[in-house]
Amino acid sequence: MSNRRVVVTGTGIISALGTGTEKNWQAMLAGKSGIGLVSRFDPGKIDARIAGEVKDFEPEQFIDRREVRRMDLYAQYALAAAEMAVKESGLPIGPDAPHGYAPEKVGVIVGSGIGGISSLEEQHRKGLEKGFDRLSPFFIIQMIVNMAPGLISMRYNCKGPNWAPVSACATSAHAIGEAWKSIKLGETDAAIAGGAEAAITPLGLGGFSVMKALSTRNDDPAGASRPFDKDRDGFVMGEGAGMLVLEEMEAAKKRGAKILAELVGYGANSDAYHVTQPAPEGEGAARCMRLALQSAGMNPEEVGYINAHGTSTPFNDANETKAIKAVFGDHARKLAVSSTKSMTGHMLGAAGGAEGVVSALVLSRNMLPPTINQQTPDPDCDLDYVPNQAREARVNAVMSNSFGFGGTNAVLLFKRF
Amino acid sequence: MSTSAIETKVKSIIADQLGVGEDEIKPESSFIEDLGADSLDIVELVMAMEEEFEVEIPDEEAENIKTVGDAINYINTHKK
Repeated sequence: MSNRRVVVTGTGIISALGTGTEKNWQAMLAGKSGIGLVSRFDPGKIDARIAGEVKDFEPEQFIDRREVRRMDLYAQYALAAAEMAVKESGLPIGPDAPHGYAPEKVGVIVGSGIGGISSLEEQHRKGLEKGFDRLSPFFIIQMIVNMAPGLISMRYNCKGPNWAPVSACATSAHAIGEAWKSIKLGETDAAIAGGAEAAITPLGLGGFSVMKALSTRNDDPAGASRPFDKDRDGFVMGEGAGMLVLEEMEAAKKRGAKILAELVGYGANSDAYHVTQPAPEGEGAARCMRLALQSAGMNPEEVGYINAHGTSTPFNDANETKAIKAVFGDHARKLAVSSTKSMTGHMLGAAGGAEGVVSALVLSRNMLPPTINQQTPDPDCDLDYVPNQAREARVNAVMSNSFGFGGTNAVLLFKRF
Repeated sequence: MSTSAIETKVKSIIADQLGVGEDEIKPESSFIEDLGADSLDIVELVMAMEEEFEVEIPDEEAENIKTVGDAINYINTHKK
C-alpha cells in the first residue's frame, strides 16, 4: 500500500463508565465497573439480569431536541461520540476552515452490530396493537445501521465514502480499519470512524441470554465481567459508542493537529468455522493478528500492550490467549494484555471503537488500563492481564483485537507518534 | 369539541413533534417553510391528528394541508 500514513487526532467514548473520553479513561484507570442490574426494563425471566447501561447520557447536550425524537438511541450515541471526537481533533472541513479538508475527501465509516433494535421492538408492538399501517414514518430511518454515518455526514458536511460495517463485535474495528485503508489509498484524507450500539432491550438481552452467552452473576454485577479469570461465566452486555477522527499524517501535521497515535496496521479475516465458537486454538484470531503486523511491517516484539477482545466467555478468553501465544511466542510473556470489557461490559458493535480510543490513550498517556475482577487464575489464561490495577508503562505499539459472531476478526495496530 | 379546543390540541401536537414553541405556531404558519417540517414529519403529524381527533385524512387530502390553519379547518369539518 502507499506511503501515506494515518494518525488519530480525536476520540469519543460513551459507555457504562460515562459520557466522554476523559470520564471513561479516569474510570478505567481507577478500575471501576460500570455494570449493574438492568434498569431500563424488567428482564422478567431472562437469566441474565445485568448489563452495562449508559446512565449519564443527555442527548440534548449534543443533538437538537427535535432531531433526537427521530433517532434511535444507537444513532444518538454515534452522533454524540462523533461530536466529541471532532471537537477534540478540531477537524477542519470545507474551504472556509483554515487547512480545511475538501468535504469530498472526508469519509464517515461508522457501524453498529445490531442498529435500532429498540425502535424495531417499539414499532412492532405498535403494529400489533394498532395495525401495521400506523407505524412511525421514522421507523426505518431509526432502525437502519447506516443512518449513524449518514447523520454524522450531514452534521459535518463529510461528502466522502459513507457506510456502515455490520460485523457483530468486530464492527467498529472494521470501520476504523477500512477508514485507515481509505486514507492510505488516497480515496480520503480524513475520516470519522467507529461504532455505536444500544441493544440492551428485551430482544437483545433475551437473545444473547438464551444462547448462554451472558454472565448470570446477577448477585454481583460489578464482578460479572471477569475476562481471563477462572470463574468467568459469559459476557455482560454493554452499550454506547467509540469514535476516532483519523487524518492523513502530513495534512494533520501541517494544520498543527494534536496527534495522539499513529494507526499503522489492520488485519481482517474469517475463521470459516462456526457461527459463534472461535476456531480451535484461536487459529483465525492468530492469523488476523499476523495480518495486522504484516500490514504494518512490524515485528511482534515491538508490541508492548494488547487491548484484548477479552469478552469474559470461557471460550473466547482461552482461545485468544492461545492465539496471542502462537503469534508472539516468548514475547507473549513480556507484553501486557488487558480487557477493558471487564469495566465497560461488551459494547458489541461499539467495542472496537471504544477500545481503539483506549489504544490511542495508552500510547499518549503512558498508562495501561487494568483487567478488573482477577481473583482466581485460570491455567489456560496465563499471561500478564494487568490484574485489577492500572499500571504506568511506556509502550511503543498497541494491538487491539476484535472478534465477532460469524467467525469474523479484525485487528488494529497503533504506534506511538 | 370547540374550534378553540381543536386549535389548542393541534398546536400542542405540532409543538411536541416538531420541537417548536407553541407561541411560534400560528394558523398561517406553513409546516415546511415556517416550522421546519419535512415530508416524514408531515406523515407523522397527519397520523397523530387522525388518532387524536378520530378522523381519516386520505393522502390526497393530506397533500393540501400546508399550514396549521389548513389542519385545523380540515379537522373542524371532518371530525365526528
